[in-house]
Amino acid sequence: MLGIVRQKMLGQSLLKIRPAISVLRSYSSAAKQMTVREALNSALDEEMSADPKVFLMGEEVGEYQGAYKISKGLLEKYGPERVLDTPITEAGFAGIGVGAAYYGLKPVVEFMTFNFSMQAIDHIINSAAKSNYMSAGQMSVPIVFRGPNGAAAGVGAQHSQCYASWYASCPGLKVLSPYSSEDARGLLKAAIRDPDPVVFLENELLYGESFPVSDEVLDSSFCLPIGKAKIERKGKDVTITAFSKMVGYALKAAEILEKEGIDAEVINLRSIRPLDRSTINASVRKTNRLITVEEGFPQHGVGAEICASVVEESFAYLDAPVERIAGADVPMPYAANLERMAVPQVEDIVRAAKRACYRAVPLAAAA
Amino acid sequence: KRFSSDLFFGVPKSLINGIPKSFQCSLPLLRPHCLFPLFYILLPTFSSFFTSHFLSFSFFPPHSEENGYSFLTFQVRRPTIPSQHHFSKQPSYNPHYRLTLPRFHPQTHPPQFFFQFESPPSIWDRRQESKSKSTPNLLITKKEGLELYEDMVLGRAFEDKCAKMYYDRKMLGFVHLYNGQEAVSTGFIRLLKQQDSIVCTYRDHVQALSKGLSARAVMSELLGKATGCCRGQGGSMHIFSRKHNMLGRFAFIGEGIPIATGAAFTSKYKREVLKEADCGHVSLAFFGDGTCNNGQFYECLNMAALWKLPIVFVVENNLWAIGMSHLRATSVPQIYKKGPAFGMPGVHVDGMDVLKVREVAKEAIGRARRGEGPTLVECETYRFRGHSLADPDKLRDPAEKAHYAARDPITALKKYLIENSLANEADLKAIDKR
Repeated sequence: MLGIVRQKMLGQSLLKIRPAISVLRSYSSAAKQMTVREALNSALDEEMSADPKVFLMGEEVGEYQGAYKISKGLLEKYGPERVLDTPITEAGFAGIGVGAAYYGLKPVVEFMTFNFSMQAIDHIINSAAKSNYMSAGQMSVPIVFRGPNGAAAGVGAQHSQCYASWYASCPGLKVLSPYSSEDARGLLKAAIRDPDPVVFLENELLYGESFPVSDEVLDSSFCLPIGKAKIERKGKDVTITAFSKMVGYALKAAEILEKEGIDAEVINLRSIRPLDRSTINASVRKTNRLITVEEGFPQHGVGAEICASVVEESFAYLDAPVERIAGADVPMPYAANLERMAVPQVEDIVRAAKRACYRAVPLAAAA
Repeated sequence: KRFSSDLFFGVPKSLINGIPKSFQCSLPLLRPHCLFPLFYILLPTFSSFFTSHFLSFSFFPPHSEENGYSFLTFQVRRPTIPSQHHFSKQPSYNPHYRLTLPRFHPQTHPPQFFFQFESPPSIWDRRQESKSKSTPNLLITKKEGLELYEDMVLGRAFEDKCAKMYYDRKMLGFVHLYNGQEAVSTGFIRLLKQQDSIVCTYRDHVQALSKGLSARAVMSELLGKATGCCRGQGGSMHIFSRKHNMLGRFAFIGEGIPIATGAAFTSKYKREVLKEADCGHVSLAFFGDGTCNNGQFYECLNMAALWKLPIVFVVENNLWAIGMSHLRATSVPQIYKKGPAFGMPGVHVDGMDVLKVREVAKEAIGRARRGEGPTLVECETYRFRGHSLADPDKLRDPAEKAHYAARDPITALKKYLIENSLANEADLKAIDKR
């Protein structure tokens, strides 16, 4: 009798720990869950083991295991010559990375946040981005600048800016921004293998989020093409483009809209430069309405560029003005309630979708 | 009549029975003739400890530049241009310090000023001296001492409260605490006037409090309230105050130094171009050891010395930049040496001793006010907590932490005040309560 009780309790405890042991392939239907952090870590690990010219450089990447634990375990595995802890000199080590890339290595330079890249922006733009052109193709700079971008929780104005539009306006650079673990893995591998300078914008709040990944993604040669967007959710009423964290918000907004009868198509841009204009335009030609969502400042932002591109190529197909959702035009405030107001929320996307579908009062009348 | 059962190894049983049983059996070991062998073992190991206590002379570590710091160094460093080496012996402590005359040497021309700095006796030595002297030569008055104490205790209490708020989830984002470094803030800022400006990095709630902002305003700011000093818009890392001339705390570590240099430039400009009276306003830039690897630091040292700006560069060298040890990040870890390279005095001081810091600060700020130019002061200090409250702080050696915890500036000042009869326990407890 005791044996039966024990079996029952064991069964119950198995049920409780089932999500945790889903990594074991004992259930054929459950996909493996992987956090973005693990995805980035595994991508770095695999690329570093595949190519000895790849090295990682940044503040606290080695002994501290990464400021956000992205490079955990890499120092033990590859040693201090390939995983370099730098002093606090962004301009210095970004420049050193670019120099190493000029001369044949493949550096991955980590900025603790992309806000600090402003100290090194001279090297990213002038030394890395422009040199292939200036040297007529002689100098190739296979460098990756990566780090978290955009707002985190309560970190104030100097730690919360989104740099997607800044870097995306510069010819010579490639700018990537993943959302899920699959994006993170595939795009980081593609970036490291790419012979051009790549700015890889991650998001601190996404690091801990886990997404299901298929076996194909876990393969060490998995790579996503740069310059192709992904349609996360197919729809026919309105197109919502987003990147990084805003994709999650857009998907949630799409679920809310579905209950109201609006079928939204969500495009995960993945690559900000080069922008996948063909996918966006094809989608707009299908749905006839567009909403662009981003976290950064509105003026001269990614949304502005998408809007202009659609107006240039698919103007006749637009049934409503393009709605731009962006962060508030103000340095990020610190107080939690102000911060919530300064970053786009799911309700904002829903409201904009409704405006685009003429379900609510149009903007001009409301102003 | 005496029976053997009355005695336990020569000690009457009646005495033994009073002692707990666990100690009774160890008594035979404590007989004097049994203890002598222990001295042969203990004396060599503890001899340096004993001698250092009374003859600080013998405790100076070898003058090995290439090691950088060992965390046990207390001494003040000397400038290392060979022509200046005229010390054939280690200096004895002396409460006076002297400014050398400019020396001409082909290698160092134009002439450079150095502080030949023999620091005031450390408070540990004071303890010995005050027993022998009846009226010791004190560095501060009672009022000043209590003010310093109150300032440091306020800072410590504030930081501990911040930690509590953070763990209660009332405070978000980054919170960088200043426990252990209060001596630097108090030692410098308490000597400033309201019009003097300070610029800091993100670790400076306590600088704001020392400068005069109310604890209520700063705490409200950290909690994101509209009553905070920046209406909740700046947050922990961005405390500004026009009224108290706290020109801000900057999250980017090198960023504040040019700002402070600019403030010093304004002060000089007002004095010389706009001919305003009473413009001997000094600017202080506080930053850490990690900042000293940043280009902006060197650019500002150069320009400040070139234009003789009234600024003091205060390096709070707590030996760690998040998880990066200063020794791993810097080719020449002695930061004070970088001052003379740009033509300004570089002074190293024990940043855990508020009185020493204050003496150096007086001289440096005085220099700046008189128009003699900038000074680089390196305060060797330590942060008791991690880099921020989210930092697991695994990389620092616990022995190092314990060592610096023993040199806590607040307890040190407390001891000094009490031993020199400047205050008594009751006064200090009253301050603690407040």
